Amino acid sequence: MIELTDIHKSFEGHHVLRGVNLAVEKGQSLVVIGGSGSGKSVLLKHIIGLLQPDKGTVAINGKDLSQLSQERLNELRKRFGMLFQSSALFDSMTVWENVGFGLKRHTSLSAEQIREIAVQKLRMVRLVGIEDEMPSELSGGMRKRVGLARAIAMEPEVLLYDEPTTGLDPITADTINDLIVKMREELDVTSVTITHNMKCAYKIADRIAMLYNGVIIDQGSPDEIKNTSNPYVRQFIEGHAVGPIAVEGIGI
Amino acid sequence: MERPAIGLGRIILLFWSVIKGLFQPPLDMRNTIRQMLEIGVNSIPVVLITALATGMVLALHMYTGFDRFGAEGLVGTVVALSMTREFGPVLTALVVSGRAGASMAAELGTMRVTEQIDALETLATDPVKYLIVPRFISGMIMLPALTVITDIVGILGGYFVAVSLLGTSSRTYMRATWDYLQMEDIYNGLIKACFFGIAFTLISCYKGFYTRGGAAGVGKATTGAVVYSFMTILISDYFLSAWLFK
Ligand SMILES: Nc1ncnc2c1ncn2[C@@H]1O[C@H](COP(=O)(O)OP(=O)(O)OP(=O)(O)O)[C@@H](O)[C@H]1O
Ligand SMILES: [Mg+2]
Repeated sequence: MIELTDIHKSFEGHHVLRGVNLAVEKGQSLVVIGGSGSGKSVLLKHIIGLLQPDKGTVAINGKDLSQLSQERLNELRKRFGMLFQSSALFDSMTVWENVGFGLKRHTSLSAEQIREIAVQKLRMVRLVGIEDEMPSELSGGMRKRVGLARAIAMEPEVLLYDEPTTGLDPITADTINDLIVKMREELDVTSVTITHNMKCAYKIADRIAMLYNGVIIDQGSPDEIKNTSNPYVRQFIEGHAVGPIAVEGIGI
Repeated sequence: MERPAIGLGRIILLFWSVIKGLFQPPLDMRNTIRQMLEIGVNSIPVVLITALATGMVLALHMYTGFDRFGAEGLVGTVVALSMTREFGPVLTALVVSGRAGASMAAELGTMRVTEQIDALETLATDPVKYLIVPRFISGMIMLPALTVITDIVGILGGYFVAVSLLGTSSRTYMRATWDYLQMEDIYNGLIKACFFGIAFTLISCYKGFYTRGGAAGVGKATTGAVVYSFMTILISDYFLSAWLFK
């Protein structure tokens, strides 16, 4: 369903992605792990066409994104939901207007109906009674969950989650993990999730891929990753400071 | 600093997308009205003060000058012509672009660096059409509208100084205004205003839309929006005037 072929991307001479190959089948949940600054968010933005590769192709259902007209791309995006790492809530709108933005733009539902749906989605991410507040009045973890509610509001077929549980307490984080699993099991959603949290990764993934030095260095089922012999992946999932991955600036 | 050629290319492309957006229904009425209030209504106090002060000071200087050769009866004419042809559109444009242009650049710039513009795109919403087209329409309509206010208030300010303070007769002043002022002076002034409205919204939205580099970037975009708007207004004013008032 999602197919990335040999993606290269540089920013002002900084070569972030150096030939990423990755495929996600329909209904599958892929988790991407990798160090901070390794280009995971950049990778995710390529899938929904926010960034265009310098080289290589992104194909959704066999269609090359770069070949789509703006109208076709927007049609496609209506079937996508994306949670930004920074939440990216519209700060001029209330919480429920944020969650209902896509519905307001793309359906003919009345304001009351949209609000009702928004409240229901907010409840799914354990937020109750904040629908009339402004995003600036919320905590970081609350904003993240509003972003999540906005991403799922249109009942998309594909969900892209950029660090959905970062900044949440363990209990709320687990609720979000359950929600992600539920979205896949009940609605057959295809998803790509970025996370640093291995517990979360094992729980929601069908497959885990690790991004390092601009390429996918290893991928497999959670069990395969747990028992991988790749020393880079081992160091990462076990969280050791010492290993083949040198931490920049510490000078090992 | 980006290279000027790239900047110019991108602003022309943006202008083109805005024009396309204008003719692609539906128009976002709610946002457009909000922007009209923001640009138009909220600028009225500062426009009023600018217009009044300019009209008054114009009358004062003209009176002193004309008095030397006994032509103080023409003060009304000079005030009316300068206001409608020149000071009305230019001062309104400078004041409004300093206020509303800066706030457009800051708002769009913040939306850019906090990924809100990206979020709009993922929600299948064209950010140019959603954010820039309403601002563009408002600038294009509200600047001429505010200029009408500036013209009137400026002329009244001149009247107040010439008649109430300096003792010109009311009849003389009004005749000097009406006998020489032509419709052409007014609507050519408004054409200038319309052009300035287009120019400053486009520049400010462009600066905001392509902001990079966090809070510092937003600051730079805002300053850039005001500086480039001012330059464009002042320089284009000469050429527009030469062309319109042949
Ligand atoms: N729009 C951009 N312009 C310039 N450089 C960028 C841009 N977006 C990302 N980068 C650079 O690309 C690199 C990867 O960034 P990215 O945000 O993808 O990292 P990440 O893997 O998501 O890290 P984290 O886990 O900390 O979120 C960084 O070095 C960043 O500076
Ligand atoms: Mg990231």
